[in-house]
Amino acid sequence: MKNTDLIKLPFSKNNPILVQVLGVCSCLAVTAQLKPAVVMAISVTVVVMLSNLIISLMRNTIPPRIRIIVQLVVVSTLVVLVDQVLKAYMYDVSKQLSVFVGLIITNCIVMGRLEAFAMVQKPWPSLLDGLGNGLGYSVILITLGFVRELFGSGTLWGYPVMEKLGLYSIGYENNGLMIMPPMALILVGLIIWWHRSRNKDLCEQ
Amino acid sequence: MDYINIFIKSIFVDNMIFAFFLGMCSYLAVSKTVKTSAGLGIAVTFVLLITVPINYLLNKFFLAPGAMTWISPSLADVDLSFLSLIMFIAVIAAIVQMVEMIVEKFSPSLYNSLGIFLPLIAVNCAVMSGSLFMQERGYANIGEATVFALGSGIGWFLAIVAIAAIREKLRYSHIPPALRGVGITFIITGLMGMAFMSFMGFKL
Repeated sequence: MKNTDLIKLPFSKNNPILVQVLGVCSCLAVTAQLKPAVVMAISVTVVVMLSNLIISLMRNTIPPRIRIIVQLVVVSTLVVLVDQVLKAYMYDVSKQLSVFVGLIITNCIVMGRLEAFAMVQKPWPSLLDGLGNGLGYSVILITLGFVRELFGSGTLWGYPVMEKLGLYSIGYENNGLMIMPPMALILVGLIIWWHRSRNKDLCEQ
Repeated sequence: MDYINIFIKSIFVDNMIFAFFLGMCSYLAVSKTVKTSAGLGIAVTFVLLITVPINYLLNKFFLAPGAMTWISPSLADVDLSFLSLIMFIAVIAAIVQMVEMIVEKFSPSLYNSLGIFLPLIAVNCAVMSGSLFMQERGYANIGEATVFALGSGIGWFLAIVAIAAIREKLRYSHIPPALRGVGITFIITGLMGMAFMSFMGFKL
């Protein structure tokens, strides 16, 4: 596989959320607003990239029987670093994300890419694969955060868009359902529907 | 807070799947038939029931701020809570490995039916978040933590069995090709989540 494909494919044919169905938990829980979604997207991208790189460097020395524990230790070390950085510099967002930063450890994208790619590939392609999958995940997260915050609470990044546009005075109402958790699932379902009707070969029989 | 309150609350109000979307990956991947999903549900409940109390003790006696005063009073200002992520996941991975070996030794038939899922539970978000929520909500004693773990496990079990039953029936219905499989499962889970939202604000 070419290096550019490693970055490009996760956006379309091999998107971690839409096609591989990995890392769904966090994608649904943190997207009620744009800001936590962006922070989460960046954190996951960093963790996937670095853990892919580190595991790929160690891949020949890890005994296969205990590889899951080794992978978990590497990933959780990185996640602790991310958690501490967030607590130090973005305390309010880190409170909002609560346990979901910790849950990056068990985020299936991280483990999935380690198992499927980093254990058998050289460091540089692994790093790119991590970056590509992290960005593919980020695209979905940011889309969801954008739609849910805009229609659910009428703001974007805390800025009252709908109010400034003067929509409330002509009778516009926020759709309270959008900030509720179940709507995230339905939106992902609709995105998958749209994505698979564009890529017929991904449809299940 | 009494035990029954925590138990009911963790099954319905704070259902791991419908309220927090935890453990979605295996929930989506394994929910094709009722039988396998019931097996996975039992395994997750079992692992939660063992790991949460252990992590509760770990948190209480080692990790929480000032927890180590029982060793010597001079350790009162030691705060190891930044280590809790690594400690929890290490405990979970070790317990899962141990459970796998014990089940393999004493009940080969159960091992064969669960075999594939057991190692996967180590990376199931529902198990990890059981420990993290336990730490965040600060349960008063080990009994409450255990009841919470049992309730969350049963809630997860109910959710995965319910979706598996629906998916078995769905096979006979006419769904647009692009929506088949994962897509429709997402939308149904969303609708079920709305139904579960009616438990919100439910007080005992």
